[in-house]
Amino acid sequence: MGLELYLDLLSQPCRSIYIFARSNNIPFEFKHVELMKGQHRTEEFRKVNILMKVPALKDGSFTLAESIAILLYLARKFKTPDHWYPSDLQKRARVDEYLSWQHVNIRGKGSKLFLTKVLLPLLTGQPLSPEKLESVTEELNIVLNQFEEKFLQDKPFIAGSEVSLADLVALVELMQPVGAGYDLFEERPKLAEWRRQVEEAVGKQLFQEAHEGILKAKNLTADKIAPDLLEHFKHQLLKQTS
Amino acid sequence: MLNSLCSSETNKQEDNFAPCVYKPVGFSVAFRHDTILARQPHLQTAGKLLCFGPSNSEGAGKVRLLKKVPALKDGDFTLAECTAILLYLSRKYNTPDHWYPSDIQKRAQVDEYLSWHHANIRANAPKTMWIKVLIPLFTGQPLPSEKLQEVMEGLSTSLKQFEERFLQDKAFIIGSEISLADLVAIVELMQPVGVGCDIFEDRPRLMEWRRRVEDAVGKELFFQAHEMILSVKELSNIQIDPALKEQLAPVLMKMLK
Repeated sequence: MGLELYLDLLSQPCRSIYIFARSNNIPFEFKHVELMKGQHRTEEFRKVNILMKVPALKDGSFTLAESIAILLYLARKFKTPDHWYPSDLQKRARVDEYLSWQHVNIRGKGSKLFLTKVLLPLLTGQPLSPEKLESVTEELNIVLNQFEEKFLQDKPFIAGSEVSLADLVALVELMQPVGAGYDLFEERPKLAEWRRQVEEAVGKQLFQEAHEGILKAKNLTADKIAPDLLEHFKHQLLKQTS
Repeated sequence: MLNSLCSSETNKQEDNFAPCVYKPVGFSVAFRHDTILARQPHLQTAGKLLCFGPSNSEGAGKVRLLKKVPALKDGDFTLAECTAILLYLSRKYNTPDHWYPSDIQKRAQVDEYLSWHHANIRANAPKTMWIKVLIPLFTGQPLPSEKLQEVMEGLSTSLKQFEERFLQDKAFIIGSEISLADLVAIVELMQPVGVGCDIFEDRPRLMEWRRRVEDAVGKELFFQAHEMILSVKELSNIQIDPALKEQLAPVLMKMLK
């Protein structure tokens, strides 16, 4: 049994792993775990990840969760090109720094905007209040400013002149609000250029393929969600978007 | 106001280019594991210089655009985020393998915990301190008990997951030896303890793990690093400048969300 990756491409961290593995020709079996159908809550998947979240990896009897851990594991096991996680101590530290900071910032705020704009109205049946949208958009913009000023600065990529895991992780997260209809690249030319370069580095076609689902997310309707999940999702969402 | 004690520690064989870590002693949780790691004997003999400076001083401000602690400065190189700093220190100073094992599966387990930690343990544990001590200190008002209850419930869920997924029946997160994962977890969990929410009380397995971590790190060093957190309640008696209160109260309330 080879490497298995348990993924749903609607999820940002799943996309970074999918793109990284495919871009580096890492052989794996794609195990589709459809979140909207509640497949992450089955007993079978629980054996792979007791925390019932995607992405997850299974390599023989070894299981692993958390996209950053998975990306690093793949980079090490398959000895991917150095620039993904540079051996230079300081460049590596830059990648670590971003990967750490992003959890509650880019990832946190990008997710929040997506959940608030797309999923919440869908699950509650209530229209989205303009104040709420403005507030989550503002929160995202604050971290986008920090991203540009502190992490990207005048460099082409976060770690310097070459693309790394940090850029990939950042970009897939930023595509989530884009999928919600908020084109954050429109008025940020530096970010737009950075995006173009990251897409080119991983392969434009692969990038677009990975994002096909999320870019259609606006068309999601409540009937696509497993009925027994509706209450559970709603409860979770209300907590996450408060 | 979160007044930082300044202490500096130099080794006789001080290297002029040794990294300088800016952080106030006491309040920033993230700094404590840096201190604990850095004070392991082999790092001292490598001629490390650690200087603690006020967190919002100009020097520290230049170091960190985001104006947060901890931060590291090594010559011209500056670095934020405790995970990044811990990894940088362990690589630069070749700390013993168990801290961040070379075995890729054990290493992955450390990475897994360090990643999960942010949105889980770290999301709730510090809030106990904000709710019980710091916010009432700055706003002059206690917070409704539901707020603390909410946080404790969240923390309880995270602790259950911690025991089920990360610790299980092992001595430490990766197995038989302590690693950065245990260190990062324990310092965060000492915060509720410091404000009287003893999360170890009804959790014997966690309590045993804590004892092992303290022993592995060195009891004296562990308690030294946690001195201020464990007496944080005494802060409640301090008088704060009203102008500062007004300025910081809304910021602190936002941090609760």
